[in-house]
Amino acid sequence: MLEALLRTLALVRKELLAVLKDPRTRVSLFVPPIFQCLIFGYAATYDLSHIPYAVVDEDRSAASRDFLARLDGSRLFSRVADLARTEEIEAAIDTRRVLLVVRIAPDFERRLYARGPANVQIIADGRNSNTAATAQGYITTIVEAFNTEWREAHGLPDPPLRLVTRAWFNPGLETRWNMIPALMGTLTMLQTLLLTAMSVAREREEGTFDQLLVTPLRPSEIMIGKALPSMLVGLTQATAILLVAQLWFRIPFAGSFVTLYAGLGLFLLAAVGIGLLVSSIVATMQQAMLWSFVILMPFTLLSGLTTPIRNMPEVLQAFTLINPLRYAIDIAHRVYLEGATFDELLPQLGPLMLIAAITLPAAAYFFRKRIG
Amino acid sequence: MTPAAATLPLVARGVTKRFRRAAGDEVAALKDVSLETHAGALTALVGPDSAGKTTLMRLAAGLVAPDAGELTILGIDVARRPQEVQDRVGYMPQRFGLYEDLSVQENLDLYADLHGVSGRERALRYAELMEMTALGPFRDRLAGRLSGGMKQKLGLACTLVRSPELLLLDEPTVGVDPLSRRELWQIMRRLVDERGLSVLITTSYLDEAERCAHVAVLHDGAVLVQGPPATITREVTGRAFLAVPPEGAKARDLQALLLDAPDIVEAVPQAGRVRLVRANAPETAATQELLAGCTLVPTQARFEDGFMALLKARARERSTVAPRASPQPRGRPPPRAALPEVAISVSDLVRSFGAFIAVDHVSFSVRQGEIFGLLGPNGAGKTTTFRMLCGLLAVSSGSLRVAGVDLRKARASARERIGYVAQKFSLYGQLTVAENLEFFASAYGLRGARKEERLAWAAREFELASFAALPSGQLPGGFKQRLAMATALLHEPDILFLDEPTSGADPLARREFWQRITRLAEEGVTVIVTTHFMEEAEYCDRVLILDAGKVLAEGTPAEIRARAPEDGTHVPTMEDAFVAIVEAGRNGARERGVG
Repeated sequence: MLEALLRTLALVRKELLAVLKDPRTRVSLFVPPIFQCLIFGYAATYDLSHIPYAVVDEDRSAASRDFLARLDGSRLFSRVADLARTEEIEAAIDTRRVLLVVRIAPDFERRLYARGPANVQIIADGRNSNTAATAQGYITTIVEAFNTEWREAHGLPDPPLRLVTRAWFNPGLETRWNMIPALMGTLTMLQTLLLTAMSVAREREEGTFDQLLVTPLRPSEIMIGKALPSMLVGLTQATAILLVAQLWFRIPFAGSFVTLYAGLGLFLLAAVGIGLLVSSIVATMQQAMLWSFVILMPFTLLSGLTTPIRNMPEVLQAFTLINPLRYAIDIAHRVYLEGATFDELLPQLGPLMLIAAITLPAAAYFFRKRIG
Repeated sequence: MTPAAATLPLVARGVTKRFRRAAGDEVAALKDVSLETHAGALTALVGPDSAGKTTLMRLAAGLVAPDAGELTILGIDVARRPQEVQDRVGYMPQRFGLYEDLSVQENLDLYADLHGVSGRERALRYAELMEMTALGPFRDRLAGRLSGGMKQKLGLACTLVRSPELLLLDEPTVGVDPLSRRELWQIMRRLVDERGLSVLITTSYLDEAERCAHVAVLHDGAVLVQGPPATITREVTGRAFLAVPPEGAKARDLQALLLDAPDIVEAVPQAGRVRLVRANAPETAATQELLAGCTLVPTQARFEDGFMALLKARARERSTVAPRASPQPRGRPPPRAALPEVAISVSDLVRSFGAFIAVDHVSFSVRQGEIFGLLGPNGAGKTTTFRMLCGLLAVSSGSLRVAGVDLRKARASARERIGYVAQKFSLYGQLTVAENLEFFASAYGLRGARKEERLAWAAREFELASFAALPSGQLPGGFKQRLAMATALLHEPDILFLDEPTSGADPLARREFWQRITRLAEEGVTVIVTTHFMEEAEYCDRVLILDAGKVLAEGTPAEIRARAPEDGTHVPTMEDAFVAIVEAGRNGARERGVG
């Protein structure tokens, strides 16, 4: 037993040496995750600001100017044009000069004072439905605020229904808070899976695998020796992302580090299991690389990182059940933002454990079978 | 021929080339080399590992530029106009770039396209090349599926596809069996004799160098001698002898001792005797004692004798320290009692890959402490047999026992008793020598003081200490081989598997290697080895000749040699016997196939 442990440790040490020795490999393992993290933090956001818009103000009244001042003052919108006629709207949208056009009818102020509903027309560029919907949402909020103040100023009664929204866990509803913790799963999965799949394939291609197999190392020891270093690399990457999230983006951490690392560890075990399974089947590094990407692409798309799983067709929803990344992102969100405890995470931890429990023995089986 | 052939194909004047190793230090691969080759003739470049042979080839092909000096190829300054040189030179590197996933024909087409050989010319060249290489029947076979010898022939064909004026061949016969080697040489001879091609070839087979019109001996980046092979052979005229060991004594034991004698510059076992070359010095008492009881017969000197004498003299004059201490016995305890008398037994072993039968009902047994040679052409099934014995491959049928167990089914710890050196260098290239040794020591369960002791032993025994911090992938060829041996011996295995351990090694390294092997056998280690150097079979106690997966012959080297046809001109060598046996086997198979 001790012998087996020492042998395995020797292999772990060798693997880490092989991975970390070359400064170029070191850089390629730890710099891109931090870089990607920053890119995601700044670029991958659904939050809009400085939305270019144009105005057709046919009323040119004090009330219309007041309303438009609210838009301009919100920093969410920036007025790029004042159109004289409605006919110009088409060109402004078609050329993508503006994302939306606000048209205020000539009787805007008159109708406001007449207590009748006054109309503000929004013409949005629907080619990017996500952005259009978000921008419309912002305008709705501004209209709501305008209504409230107008009522107060003119002694009008409150409307029968008023919506008060409070977003928990992410009070500012910032996309970044959602995105960055999820990267602890997404980015680490990519490199861990690839690293594991390639390391065995490389040994096979270079003939060192035979040399390894004639030592007293057992197939199971070789697998552990291959799995552990990849997991360590993955955990280090996750830590780097965690540090960026806290120190750079200042996203408050609500949970316990023990829970987070336990969850990530289990996730990486499942990822490494898949990597080993790939490596036990393929013959060359090229195949290992191709297969890894074939697996990684759908796993990333169907992880709930960018699009909610609930919106997916049912077949695909069922597929996400075998996707370790789906659970990892859940865990990262829930521990990071909610402060979920171990017990609360059992629905995520269970499936991860199951994935590892299937892929690892399957990889061991194919290893043995291939040697034969 | 073209008028250019009148000028010398290669002229080097004071060529120097330095390289920076990853460790940061600079090494001079070539130092002030001046050399010329003759048009329409074969020139051989020989010398120990890291003598600078490949560097010179690469310079000649215009792939790297010299740091100093002048190199003219076919009258063109190659450093200034490499492209012009490349248009007229055919270069075949040690690992020729065949596309293994393409067929023989597709590889040829690719090289014809790359060199812009046009349609009509192409058809003519193909017909000629196919006739010459006899690859015609294999046009549609994937290059990756060819045997080692056929791959080399295809590489040569690809190089010849656009009729170069000068052919640069870097170790074209490494890892090629004697039959394919003969065929390759027939092709080269024809190219020179019939087409007047100039060929520059590097080789570690000295009998090949002897067949060339001109030889240059490189050592440590400098030219030691150049001229016709006879000039080198002449140096040792009258100093070559065959010593017949007394009854019951093994030639290889005598040879191992003679090799260390200061007044003997060369000793190899040959046909049950020891071929030796005396130094140009008075005989010492120690040697007299060694040779007491032996009959000494003068024999005709050959190129290899002269070459070895040259290198030995060089080594002795240059070394400031005492000559390499003769290996001392390790004081190894007598072999463990548990080891059965028969170390390896194989009966009716079969391995098939689909319809192809790689190993076909092979049976043999190896006694403990024996050196057992597995000989056969490329693709005979030697490596497949090895892999099955080492537990790396399942058997299709039949049974095998290594140290009393089947390693595929036995406990992992049973593997501690075997050491395995694969055909290809298979250690971790990016890890240093020390890291490789350290890893394999731990993998074999060595720890504490014993581990330290064995690591120190490996560094001392294989002279690896000065390379400890160098990534093993950057070691010179001979030292890669030493490192592979060191890792296989760290745990003191009882049985050692060596798959073509001397392939590509220089003559000095090979003698040193066999000295080590004979000593291990004396200590009770069982050694099973494959080789393409037929003269090396003389070191074995017994050999088995395989072809197409079947056993063709088995016996002591003397018994095998006795099967060679007598032609009256010379005492039949192992190689003669081998070729005769394999050819007879193939003819027999063909007849059976017809009948």
